[in-house]
Amino acid sequence: MSLAVYIVVMAGVTYLIRMIPFTFFRKKIKSRFFRSFLYYIPYAVLSAMTIPAIFYTTHNMWTAAAGTAVALLLAFLEMPLIVVALAASGAAFLLSLFM
Amino acid sequence: MKSKFLRGMSHGIPICLGYLSVSFGLGILAVNKAGLSVFQASVISALNLTSAGQKAGIDVIAAGGAIIEMILLQLTINIRYSLMALSLSQKLDKCFTTPHRLLASYGITDEIFAVCSAQKAPLTPAYMYGMIFISAAGWIIGTALGAAAGELLPASVSMAMEIVLYGMFIAIVIPPAKKQHGVLFVAVIAAALSVMFRYALPVVSEGFAIIISAIAASMLAALIFPVKDVEEGAAT
Repeated sequence: MSLAVYIVVMAGVTYLIRMIPFTFFRKKIKSRFFRSFLYYIPYAVLSAMTIPAIFYTTHNMWTAAAGTAVALLLAFLEMPLIVVALAASGAAFLLSLFM
Repeated sequence: MKSKFLRGMSHGIPICLGYLSVSFGLGILAVNKAGLSVFQASVISALNLTSAGQKAGIDVIAAGGAIIEMILLQLTINIRYSLMALSLSQKLDKCFTTPHRLLASYGITDEIFAVCSAQKAPLTPAYMYGMIFISAAGWIIGTALGAAAGELLPASVSMAMEIVLYGMFIAIVIPPAKKQHGVLFVAVIAAALSVMFRYALPVVSEGFAIIISAIAASMLAALIFPVKDVEEGAAT
């Protein structure tokens, strides 16, 4: 199988998955249950993606835990996204220097 | 128009930084495992803009797998984007016409979705283009650098960089979770289910585990904490 076929199929499937609901879904959803469901989906997806995966990011449970703790604290204080994200990384990096 | 594009770009800076480090690893993988060139690896990143799907796709290429396997894998891993696209479709500005939708749907990734759904105002094409532009640039450049140079960054730096995206996710979930019981509930249940899949049911792939955890938690939250009209207007 030629490489180009693989790449085209892979990209085509991925694009259609994103494009079809985004382009063809125009109605405002009436059902309160379904609207509530869609309201919660982003938070649920992010939470499920972050935990437990975040503890495996730095290949060291302790530095990852330090980064997570810093992120949780700064997020609780409602700091901007970039501050929380880079501080988490910075904390994990600093701790890794001592390990 | 221009200021919205710039605003989208500035909101995409953390995404860009995270993508640079993650795609760096994908670049290395594409060269080492599948024997691709720097150009081929970069084309894959430019066309797909997804981490888990690309990794699985490169594995199939490396193994010389069947096309049907490629299709099923991409469907399974990336079907979550359909949910995200559906959710975002509910908060698009009126100026989001069909051509804009066809273009912008290219850039619905976990991270872009996350930042977009956290916006209070309806989404405009310019805002999404700005964010997609800087994020895709980070993704493609990171892949090319990874493929070309193997390891440019010291390991300690690139490892610490991996946590950037997750730090951003936390920053998106925690502030509303402080104020709304439903958000706190859905975040805790989804995390608990995800942990359960990881340790008790490792046969379930990561992509499926995320889909099942998120859908189950959101359905429970929608039943127990249906959103009021005010919240619907602000966030759906």
